[in-house]
Amino acid sequence: MTSLLSTVSTICIVIIAISTLFLLYRAIKGPSNPDRAVALDTIGINLMAIAGILAIKLETAYFNDIILLIGILAFIGTVAIAKFLEKGVIIERSRD
Amino acid sequence: MKGTNDLILKTTTTIIVFIILGFSIYLFFAGHNAPGGGFIGGLMTAGALVLLYISYGFKTMKRVIRIDFKNFIPIGLLIAVLTGIGSFVFGQPFLSHTDAYFELPILGHSHLATAMLFDLGVYFTVVGVTMTIILSIAADEGEEELSKVSES
Repeated sequence: MTSLLSTVSTICIVIIAISTLFLLYRAIKGPSNPDRAVALDTIGINLMAIAGILAIKLETAYFNDIILLIGILAFIGTVAIAKFLEKGVIIERSRD
Repeated sequence: MKGTNDLILKTTTTIIVFIILGFSIYLFFAGHNAPGGGFIGGLMTAGALVLLYISYGFKTMKRVIRIDFKNFIPIGLLIAVLTGIGSFVFGQPFLSHTDAYFELPILGHSHLATAMLFDLGVYFTVVGVTMTIILSIAADEGEEELSKVSES
């Protein structure tokens, strides 16, 4: 790996980590529960970015499955949290 | 709650569930040479089913999927034990696995291992356990009785 790519990926990881810290502040301090839900969803997306850049830094392709996995799990989790905040139940008995 | 319409959730779920199921089958078959295997493949399949249950509710899913997920656990355990017992037929110790190269019609030169059959047992057991836990917790039978009491 070239030194330029190494430097750029290190800088990117530091920036994403700082943004994750700010999101963590929003998740802890957030005035309402939807704020926390959005903050946690975005932390999941930042986690995907960190895994991707870490795969570049470690020069491996085995992290690519993990990135898709985090995306799917973050989506299902966010849908479940949104359903709970909106309707009070996650799996309803019937839709009508 | 009447009047709520989850059109966007239902439409995206019908697309995304196929992607998740394809990803889980990929993870199941990739387990021999790459990250993956029966456990994470089964968890992803359970995740796709949970997403369907979240967006369509119990009643619709009971009509669509008529399988009791509790049956998956004995099926998976039976497959895993039978792959172990199968090694006795060839006079080998318990759970001895073998592999061979075959010329398949479409896939061509492929490496088939009996460890995949054991993984299939793990897959079925994980799907059965996860769906049983989630659906048992989600189904509160007391809710219907309460509404009956309040109506009468």
